[in-house]
Amino acid sequence: MSMKLSTRQVDGVTIVDCSGRITLGEGSVTLRDTVRDLLSKGNKKIVLNLAEVNYIDSSGIGELVSAFTTTKNQGGELKLLHLTKKVHDLLQITKLYTVFDVKDDETAAVKGFK
Amino acid sequence: MEQQVSYTLDSTLDTVDHAEESATRIATELGFGEDEVMQISMAVREGAVNAVLHGNQYAPDKKVTLAFERTPEDLVITIRDQGRGIDLNGIPNPLAPENLLKTSGRGIFLMRSFMDVVEIRPSQTGTEVKLIKHVHVNSVGHKEDSQ
Repeated sequence: MSMKLSTRQVDGVTIVDCSGRITLGEGSVTLRDTVRDLLSKGNKKIVLNLAEVNYIDSSGIGELVSAFTTTKNQGGELKLLHLTKKVHDLLQITKLYTVFDVKDDETAAVKGFK
Repeated sequence: MEQQVSYTLDSTLDTVDHAEESATRIATELGFGEDEVMQISMAVREGAVNAVLHGNQYAPDKKVTLAFERTPEDLVITIRDQGRGIDLNGIPNPLAPENLLKTSGRGIFLMRSFMDVVEIRPSQTGTEVKLIKHVHVNSVGHKEDSQ
């Protein structure tokens, strides 16, 4: 299953609902393009909802890091929401879990922006 | 699965998906649990990514060889490319604070995290990666033995 993304606005925050696989190739490129497009349009409060992401590889992890740092470098903030167990475990073993701002409640994620 | 099966594949992203799917199917057939199947398939995917991207660099005239072998104790997966070989001393630790926010360099780390043994043999004519997962008592073969 390839990756699908859709965006919605909640109280000035862009929620990106992701589903499928974030892997080398199409999935990673789709995520990268979406985040860059949001930033170019001035949407700098971003939540990646990963509830429906069932697989991620090292390239996908790299894309999450890239999205995080790109957003931060442009004065924005990016949070991760609803990690599946697989993604949670991968972020733990790569020591990235504490680097990202990870939330399990959408309302709290939206309210958590500065 | 036969005792041994091997594939010769092009240096494309389709090969990466094929390698992952084959690993998932074979590990499942051998009776590995769901978590172990995921670990094996992800390790094989990372190995295939390295072979296609960093080894063969998508070159159409270079092939990736993927082999699965079942021994009494192990599932042994071998991935070979035809690239120039990697410098094992030049691989940074992805867990070091200065590398945490790098966007690449986690493939070999993940392979080592998920498999029982990972052997990497670089040479001038390519790199061979051997991934080994030990077969546990509750695998399919032992179940059949006990019936």
